[in-house]
Amino acid sequence: MQPTPSAPIFRPIAERAVLVEFGTTLDHAAHDAVLRLDQALAAQPFAGFREAVPAFVNLLVEFDPATTDHTTTIAHLRSLLTAKATTRPQPALREVLVCYDAELASDLATVATQTGLTPQAVINAHLAGDYAVFMYGFAPGYAYLGGVPEAIRLDRKPAPVRNIPAGSVIIAGAQCLVTTLLMPTGWWIIGRSPTRILTDDPARPFLFDVGDKVRFRRIGRAEYEAAL
Amino acid sequence: MTEATFQVAFSGPHVTIQDAGRPGLMRYGVPASGPMDRSSFALANAALGNPADHACVEISRGGLSLRCLSGAVTLALVGGGFIAEIAGRKLGAWNAFAIRAGETLSIRPGPWGSWCYLSFAGRLEAATWLGSRATHGASGFGGGRLAAGQVLTITDAQSLPMREGALRCPVWARPRHVLRCTLGPQDRFFADETLATFTSARFEATDAVDRMGMRLRGPAIAPANALSIPSEPILRGSVQVAGDGTATVLLSDHQTTGGYPKIATVLGCDLDAFVQCRPRDAVVFQAVSPAEAIAITRQNAQRLAAFEDRLRARQMP
Repeated sequence: MQPTPSAPIFRPIAERAVLVEFGTTLDHAAHDAVLRLDQALAAQPFAGFREAVPAFVNLLVEFDPATTDHTTTIAHLRSLLTAKATTRPQPALREVLVCYDAELASDLATVATQTGLTPQAVINAHLAGDYAVFMYGFAPGYAYLGGVPEAIRLDRKPAPVRNIPAGSVIIAGAQCLVTTLLMPTGWWIIGRSPTRILTDDPARPFLFDVGDKVRFRRIGRAEYEAAL
Repeated sequence: MTEATFQVAFSGPHVTIQDAGRPGLMRYGVPASGPMDRSSFALANAALGNPADHACVEISRGGLSLRCLSGAVTLALVGGGFIAEIAGRKLGAWNAFAIRAGETLSIRPGPWGSWCYLSFAGRLEAATWLGSRATHGASGFGGGRLAAGQVLTITDAQSLPMREGALRCPVWARPRHVLRCTLGPQDRFFADETLATFTSARFEATDAVDRMGMRLRGPAIAPANALSIPSEPILRGSVQVAGDGTATVLLSDHQTTGGYPKIATVLGCDLDAFVQCRPRDAVVFQAVSPAEAIAITRQNAQRLAAFEDRLRARQMP
């Protein structure tokens, strides 16, 4: 049986979680169902609810095994799914600054060569993307943005490159990411952003929520340095 | 206000400051971190009557040496069969004892165990990140890794002679070789024979271990079809299988999402004693139902709470 957005599969995990699957391949309808259930759960948590982790096509729901169990959790999630479908609130739009200066965009020329575009056309395509935050993963603040235009989609590099600085704007396939730590990556580095995803603001420590829309705004080197 | 200070004379790899962790942020890519062995950590604080989430130093098999620069304070060393030497005196972990200015405390691995906790009767000052002093290993965010030369400050340092002395090491704090788990959530990617191998074969702990996870050695348990699955959320205790059939048990600093299939998930309560295993120790997986997993967990939690309460109430004559 394959899960679908209207007929998800509930998989109990260990003593403390349920994974709700709405699909098996990257699919917008499945992802929308994840976001809807995530929001419904945030609005109506159950006793013993600990946290929910949205991903591309599934939602992990963790609970306190001292006070509840898988059966109760699944029953609550089912009731949220059958409740009158609420329309998702308009997602927030977040702006991320990006500088494409060659020194900060070590792969821009290669991406241009491999896609048969000029570096300027690669930049224009990147800026034109319609981005949304699909999920976080890999490391704190690593937000996977879907929406890279077809023209600049490339498979990741055969081997990761080490010590890529925080703030790097990287792409692979349909995904784009702004790094937050000095880390290895096999994605293509096409720019650098002074916009911090880990904001250091206790009231809002992460710039994005899953589901947010994102727009990149181009800045020059001087503005980049000033914004650091 | 009394204060005690220590200088780190030596610190092995993976020696960090940990409190009870920062749960609730996995949706932002942040694992809970916190102690590898949460039971030993809890007992280290209970032994001194500390709040349950007080920051401790988590010590790996790399060991640690601290010189007390000023003041005096009671410490507890709990977890594994570690060996401590203080001012020429040798004692084992599972002890609470005093240290004063001029004395050096050296901690090294003993006959068994891989992680040990040093708690202080007072507050270990350390940086917080997102409300917790737990160190996230890959970034160093939080209290941080200890490094030679660094000075640690304990505020409200107290001497608690009535709490000093040997502590009992419960049998369940020893390394655990039978890991109870539920199958999945991606067990459907594995052939029936592979699942049977997984729950019957002997695996071995390896030295490919850090706070993110431990790779196991054993029979290959490769997924039947190398399907690329969209990245899914991961729990601590997930048994992730790489394309070549190698299994890794994910631990405190695990990535929060990933695309490798998870053949099984180890119960949280069995991970504390599992992390105390050493390379080449045998490990077997025993599948239980989700309902059994909850019953086992509740029983374990009661046992730990009762032991902790006795330790908190304990006063030496």
